[in-house]
Amino acid sequence: MTVESITEGPLVTVERLTRRGPRPGLIALLKAINKNGFYYLLALPGLLYFLIFHYLPMFGIIVAFKDITPFSGLDGILHQPFVGLFHFERWVKSYYFTNVMGNTLIISGLKLLFGFPTPIILALLINEVRTVWFKRTVQTISYMPHFLSMVVVSGLVMNLLSSQGGLMNQFVVALGGKSHAYLTDPHYFRAILVGSHVWQHVGWGTILYLAAMAGIDPQLYEAAMIDGANKFQQIRHITLPGITFVIIILLIFAIGGLLNAGFEQILLLYSPAVYSVADIIDTYVYRSGLLGMQYSFATAVGVFKSIIAMILLLGANWVARRLGQTGIW
Amino acid sequence: MVKLSRGERIFEIVNYIALILLSVAFILPLFTVLSTSLIGEAEYARRGLFFLWPEQPVLAAYELLLSGGSIVLNAYLITLFRVIVGTFLNLAFTTTLAYVLARRNLPGRTILTIFVFIPMVFSGGLIPSFILMDTIGLLNSVWAMVIPGLISVWNMLIMRNFFMALPQELEEAAIVDGAGPLTILTRIVLPLSMPAIATIGLFYAVAHWNAWFDAAIYIKDLRKLPVQVILRGILQQAVMLEPETLTNIQVMPPSASLQAAMVVISTVPILCVYPFLQKYFVKGALIGSVKG
Repeated sequence: MTVESITEGPLVTVERLTRRGPRPGLIALLKAINKNGFYYLLALPGLLYFLIFHYLPMFGIIVAFKDITPFSGLDGILHQPFVGLFHFERWVKSYYFTNVMGNTLIISGLKLLFGFPTPIILALLINEVRTVWFKRTVQTISYMPHFLSMVVVSGLVMNLLSSQGGLMNQFVVALGGKSHAYLTDPHYFRAILVGSHVWQHVGWGTILYLAAMAGIDPQLYEAAMIDGANKFQQIRHITLPGITFVIIILLIFAIGGLLNAGFEQILLLYSPAVYSVADIIDTYVYRSGLLGMQYSFATAVGVFKSIIAMILLLGANWVARRLGQTGIW
Repeated sequence: MVKLSRGERIFEIVNYIALILLSVAFILPLFTVLSTSLIGEAEYARRGLFFLWPEQPVLAAYELLLSGGSIVLNAYLITLFRVIVGTFLNLAFTTTLAYVLARRNLPGRTILTIFVFIPMVFSGGLIPSFILMDTIGLLNSVWAMVIPGLISVWNMLIMRNFFMALPQELEEAAIVDGAGPLTILTRIVLPLSMPAIATIGLFYAVAHWNAWFDAAIYIKDLRKLPVQVILRGILQQAVMLEPETLTNIQVMPPSASLQAAMVVISTVPILCVYPFLQKYFVKGALIGSVKG
């Protein structure tokens, strides 16, 4: 105020712009905000939801840097002393680290190896069917397992592999073999995971490929036929190149999600007998945290995973953008 | 019709056979679980479990599971609650936020969008979420199955893209006619968006029907558990039939058929509606991918 009374002349305009009242741009902005009040109000419940159920847990990773037990309460979380990276060190140096990381990457890698190409092959097969009702029926049936809950699928797997007369063992016995408890055998467990994963998702995975195939110009096929290309050459030189970009994008994002080896599936199917081949980061966090009550340690392991997963996902998105695709955001 | 070469005809036949076999492979596990569920104690003792269809199908397992006042019927009510109330709230929260984020000239839109996107990339993880639920007193409440998942970022994006694709002239014309923002939303945008809202609603409803992990960790009370968690308990032979129902049963069905019957009970509703809704799911999956 005092400055104002001293300054005169041309300086006043400068004053106006810098101190007194908002700049014209700001005024416009405030007006726009005021005019849009309805929309901010409309977004408020959703934004609050994100704040409470996504951002608060993010700040909750503070637990990983302290010594928190289930009985510490909010007070303990806020006021206990920091222990630095103690829990992270404990995790990286622990006996379980290599085992759990190895299992996560192996199971996830196997699922990628078998779960990624199979929908492409199935889509190619379905695409060659010219009987419309047959095509529709196959599609409807193959999408169906995608809509079953993980618990139901685990129930189907248990039923199929039961050592007390499950279908699988009946075949084995009929062929002269011996009944075997596959689900608790470390030699078979990963194969079961991959198999049931492919069974559940292969059909649904064809959707994007089939859509891309439907978008290929039929004239290309006509021209190829006139040039004497047979079915296989058409698939090789027209269909596959036509869906290449879908394949690349899906592959990039599959790699981006490499640390998600299938938490619910494993949690439902595994048992102590197969921990050595089945324990992944998520199941380890669940057991040590919620069952073992080691809140701080389990949070540290979870944060470790979140950070690597974030790098993978951002990397995948970056690569997708570099390739001229839109990425997921 | 183009004449096929011999190789192509063989391919055609092999292709059809392969697809038929695959279809059988998709259905077979469901079929065996159904036949297992119908096996009675006597037949099980005599023949063991396997055969494609029982000689004398019995409904003992279903009678036991669905008898009056049973935990399974109760679980069905809980599941219905989460599907109906949950989906409704999902849609309310998702639609409003998506509508706002779809407004191109809204000041701060970019910041709000980033705010909503960050949780897609980084999350606090299991334990902090659990501590949060404990702190705000949602443990052991049926709302623990509804509130933590109110908005799926992915579904919200699909909605947002749908709103952005609506012609802007609609809103401009309505403003000329004197309509306020609320009228525009409720009388113009929402009616036009019903197909998209229905599709997203279906995604949410199926997710609610199938969800189990949230209930399994947040809810302890047997009478508040949904069907999927009861199924899991029965599969792991940990649960959970109440003593009074058990005393009324003369012969216990074999545990395998009990488990199988529970699988059937929790699957049938999905399988009944699925063929009719399939095309909407496919449509939704495609919208989500085209401009995500």
